Amino acid sequence: MAELSNKERMKIPRQPMPEQNPFERNRNFLEVNLGFTEELARLEAERCIQCPKPKCVEGCPVGVQIKDFIKLVAEGDYLGAAAKIKEDNVLPAVCGRVCPQEQQCEAACVTGVKGEPVAIGRLERFVADYERATVGIRTVEVKPPTGKKVAIIGSGPSGLSCAGELVQKGHSVTVFEALHELGGVLVYGIPEFRLPKEIVRAEVEALEKLGVEFRTNSVIGFTDTIDELMTVEGYDAVFIGVGAGLPYFMNIPGENHNGVYSANEFLTRVNLMKAYKFPEYDTPVFDVRGKNVAVFGGGNTAMDAVRTAKRLGAATASIVYRRSEVEMPARVEEVHHAKAEGIQFVMLTNPLEFLGDDAGWLHGVKLQKMELGEPDASGRRRPVPVEGSEYVMPIDMAVIAIGNGSNPIIQKTTPELQFNKWGNIIVEPETMKTSKKGVFAGGDIVTGGATVILAMGAGRKAARAIDDFLLGEG
Amino acid sequence: MFRIVKAEFLAPEIKRFEILAPKIAAKRKAGQFVIVRISAKGERIPLTIADSSIDRGTITIIVQGIGKTTKEINTLQTDDFFLDVVGPLGLPSHIEKFGTAVSIGGGVGTAIAFPTAKALKDAGNHTISIIGGKTKEHVILEDEMNEICDEVYVTTDDGSYGYHGFVTGQLQELIDSGRKIDFVLAIGPIPMMNAVAEVTRKYGIKTVVSLNPVMVDGTGMCGGCRAVVGGKTVFVCVDGPEFDAHEVDFRLLMKRNNTYRNEEHDALERHICSLDKMYAEALKEEI
Ligand SMILES: Cc1cc2nc3c(=O)[nH]c(=O)nc-3n(C[C@H](O)[C@H](O)[C@H](O)COP(=O)(O)OP(=O)(O)OC[C@H]3O[C@@H](n4cnc5c(N)ncnc54)[C@H](O)[C@@H]3O)c2cc1C
Ligand SMILES: Cc1cc2nc3c(=O)[nH]c(=O)nc-3n(C[C@H](O)[C@H](O)[C@H](O)COP(=O)(O)OP(=O)(O)OC[C@H]3O[C@@H](n4cnc5c(N)ncnc54)[C@H](O)[C@@H]3O)c2cc1C
Ligand code: SF4
Ligand code: SF4
Ligand code: FES
Repeated sequence: MAELSNKERMKIPRQPMPEQNPFERNRNFLEVNLGFTEELARLEAERCIQCPKPKCVEGCPVGVQIKDFIKLVAEGDYLGAAAKIKEDNVLPAVCGRVCPQEQQCEAACVTGVKGEPVAIGRLERFVADYERATVGIRTVEVKPPTGKKVAIIGSGPSGLSCAGELVQKGHSVTVFEALHELGGVLVYGIPEFRLPKEIVRAEVEALEKLGVEFRTNSVIGFTDTIDELMTVEGYDAVFIGVGAGLPYFMNIPGENHNGVYSANEFLTRVNLMKAYKFPEYDTPVFDVRGKNVAVFGGGNTAMDAVRTAKRLGAATASIVYRRSEVEMPARVEEVHHAKAEGIQFVMLTNPLEFLGDDAGWLHGVKLQKMELGEPDASGRRRPVPVEGSEYVMPIDMAVIAIGNGSNPIIQKTTPELQFNKWGNIIVEPETMKTSKKGVFAGGDIVTGGATVILAMGAGRKAARAIDDFLLGEG
Repeated sequence: MFRIVKAEFLAPEIKRFEILAPKIAAKRKAGQFVIVRISAKGERIPLTIADSSIDRGTITIIVQGIGKTTKEINTLQTDDFFLDVVGPLGLPSHIEKFGTAVSIGGGVGTAIAFPTAKALKDAGNHTISIIGGKTKEHVILEDEMNEICDEVYVTTDDGSYGYHGFVTGQLQELIDSGRKIDFVLAIGPIPMMNAVAEVTRKYGIKTVVSLNPVMVDGTGMCGGCRAVVGGKTVFVCVDGPEFDAHEVDFRLLMKRNNTYRNEEHDALERHICSLDKMYAEALKEEI
C-alpha cells in the first residue's frame, strides 16, 4: 500500500465499534461491543500520524508505547503489537475495554484537536483479543528461582499485575483471595456485558502457567494475618492490593428496606454468583421483571448497576444523580450505551428518604431537585437543594452506587500499618512501601476507588520495589 | 475442596459434619463462622463453627435443612466434599467471667451456642444451658451440653420431653426461683431471641444474641447483612454476629430475612422435584 500523507490519514473517519443492537442487548448479558475486525483495525491504525513526540503516551497512566504498537497494527503485525503493549500493560484485553480513554490516552491524541482522536482503546482491545484467539496469551521467560517468597493479598488488577511481574523475576508468588473466584472487581463488579469473565480467567491462567500460586477462600486478617504470613509462613515480602471494598450508604431514612441494595451487593449477586441465571444458579436477586428501578450515583458502578437492572427485565431503570450529566464520572461510552438501551437519566436530583410498606418492602423514594451553585473543592459546581421541589418517585428496587471506602479488616489486624483518615494505606509514592518493613500496597486501597489501569500500574511499580527489596536483602 | 470426614444426623433435618480444614481449625474461636459453597452453581451460606479439633485438623458444623442449600448440604455424606469453606469469619464471642451464665439455644441455635457455652465454662462461669426443641426428637446436643455445663434444662414445645413450653418459660422459672443470673446468650429463631431479650430486659440482665441475616461475601464488602443495633446500621458479618440483645431491631431483621422468600420457595420446590426424580431413578435401577 502506498504511504499515506498525514492529510490523507486525517481524512479517514474514526472507525465505529461494531456493537449489539441496543434493544436486543438490553435483554441479554452478552458483550455489547463486538470488537474491530482486522479491516477496521488496519483502517483505524492508518489514522495515526506517528507524531515525533506522541502526546498519547503521556496521557496513558502507564505509558503504553501507543505510537509503536499502532504502527505494528498498521503493518499487520498484531502479535508484535500485543507484545509491544505488554511491555507496559499486562492486561490489554481488559484495559482496552474499560479504560476511560476519553480522559487518558485518547484525550491527549493530537488528531483529536481538530477531528476525532485515534481509537487507541479499541485497537488495544483488538490486538489483545487477536493474540488470545490465535496463539493464546503468550507468556514470557521466567528467571531462575531466587528462593524468595512473596504473598499478594487480593487478586484484582493491582494484585495480578504485581504477581505477574514478580514471578517473572524468579520469585515464588502466592496470591491470597478472599472470594472463591479470582479477578477482584473485574469478576464481581464489572458485568459480563462489558468485560466477559472468560477474559479475566484467561489472564489468571496465563499467570498460573508462569508459576503463580492462587489461594482462594483466604481472607487475610482472618485466615492468616500479615504478621503470620511473614513469620509463620515465611513470606519475605507482602503486597496489599485489597481494593476499596466497603460500600457507602447515604444514611437516609428507609435505607434498610427490602429492595435497597448497595451496588456491591447487587453486582456481586448478579456477576459473581450469576443470579441472572437463577434458578440454574442458586443465588437469587430481587426479581425486577416489570418493576421500576432507580440507581443512585453517576459513576461506572452506577451505569453497570442500572444496565444490569434493565437486562434483568426492569420496566424502567433510571439513574438518579445529584449533579448534571457533564459532572458524571462514568466513562462517556457507557453513558451513551446506557441511553441507547433505554435508561432514564434523572439529573440534579437527590434522594431524601426511601419509602416502604409495613412488611418492609420498598415502594418509593422521596426526591428533591438540585441546582448547581459555586464550584466545590473538586472544582465541580456544587449541587444545592431547591426548596419546595420534593416529589415521590415510585420504585420497587434501589441501588446505592455512591462510592466505596476501605474495608477495615487489614487495618484492624495490622496495627503497624499507617492509614489516612479515609482508611487508605499510606505509601511512599515511588516505591509503594508502607510503614511496615517488607510490606507494600497499591491500587484502590491506596488511592481510594480509581481505575483498573492505575491499580495495575501501582502493582507493577510495587513489584519493582519488592524485587529491589528482596535482592538488597541478599 | 474440603473433605467431610464424618457426617451424621442429630435430629430430623439437623446434620453434623466434621470437615477437614486444618487452618480454620487451628485459628477459630468461639462465636466465629465459615461461609460454604457446595457446588459451582451454589450459593454462599454462613454456618457457625460448632467445634474443632486441632489434632484431627477438622471443624464441626451443624446444619438445619430449611431451604434449598441447607437441604442439599444435608444430603452430603462422609467422604463427600464442600467446594469452598472460608473462615474463620466474624468477631469471636466476648468471653469473660460473669458469674452465672445461661446459654439458650432454640433448634439449631443450640449448635451455634455450644462453642460459646464451652468458652464461658472455660472462663470460670457457672454455666447453665437451656435447650429448646419442637419435640423430643428435635432436641440436639443434650449430652454434649451436659459435658460442658453445670446445669442443663430441656424444653419442648409439645411437652414430649423436659419442660413443656418455650425456652423463655424455663428462663423465667429460673429467675423466679431466685437464681442470680449475670449473663444470657440466646441463639435461635428471631422471635425466640426477641422474646428472651424482653424477659431479661426487665431484670437488667446482660444479654447477647447471634444474628443470622442473609449474607453473601461475609467480609464486609456487600452490606447485604446489615442490621440495626442501638439505632445504628451494622454489618453483621464483620461487626458481629453477636450483639447486645436489648439494642437489636428484631423487627427489621425479620423483615430483611424475608427478602428472597418467593425465590427461596421456588428454588426449594424445584430442588425437591429433582430429588424425587433422583429417588425414582435410583429405585428403577434397584428393580
Ligand atoms: C462496578 C465497577 C465498575 C468499574 N468500572 C471501571 C471501568 O470501567 N474502568 C476502570 O478503569 N475502572 C473501573 N472500576 C474501578 C476498578 O475496577 C478498580 O479501580 C480496580 O479494580 C481496583 O483494583 P485493585 O486491584 O486495587 O482492587 P480490586 O479490583 O477491588 O480487587 C481487590 C481484591 O482483593 C480481595 N480482598 C479484599 N480484602 C481481602 C483480604 N483481607 N484478603 C484477601 N483478599 C482480599 C477482594 O475480594 C478483591 O478480589 C469499576 C469499579 C466498579 C466497582
Ligand atoms: C453468622 C451465621 C451463622 C449461622 N450458623 C448456622 C448454623 O450453624 N447452622 C445452621 O443450620 N444455620 C446457620 N445459619 C443460618 C443459615 O445460614 C441459613 O439457614 C441458610 O443460609 C439458609 O439457606 P437455604 O438456601 O437452605 O435456605 P433459604 O432458601 O435461603 O431460606 C429458607 C428460609 O429460611 C429463611 N432464612 C433465609 N436466610 C436465613 C438465615 N440466614 N437464617 C435463618 N433463616 C434464614 C428464609 O426467610 C426462608 O424462609 C447461620 C447464619 C448466620 C448469618
Ligand atoms: S492502558 Fe488505557 S490509557 Fe493506556 S493506552 Fe491503553 S487504553 Fe489508553
Ligand atoms: S498522539 Fe495520536 S496520532 Fe499521535 S502518535 Fe499518538 S495516537 Fe498517533
Ligand atoms: S455479607 Fe456482605 S457485608 Fe456482610
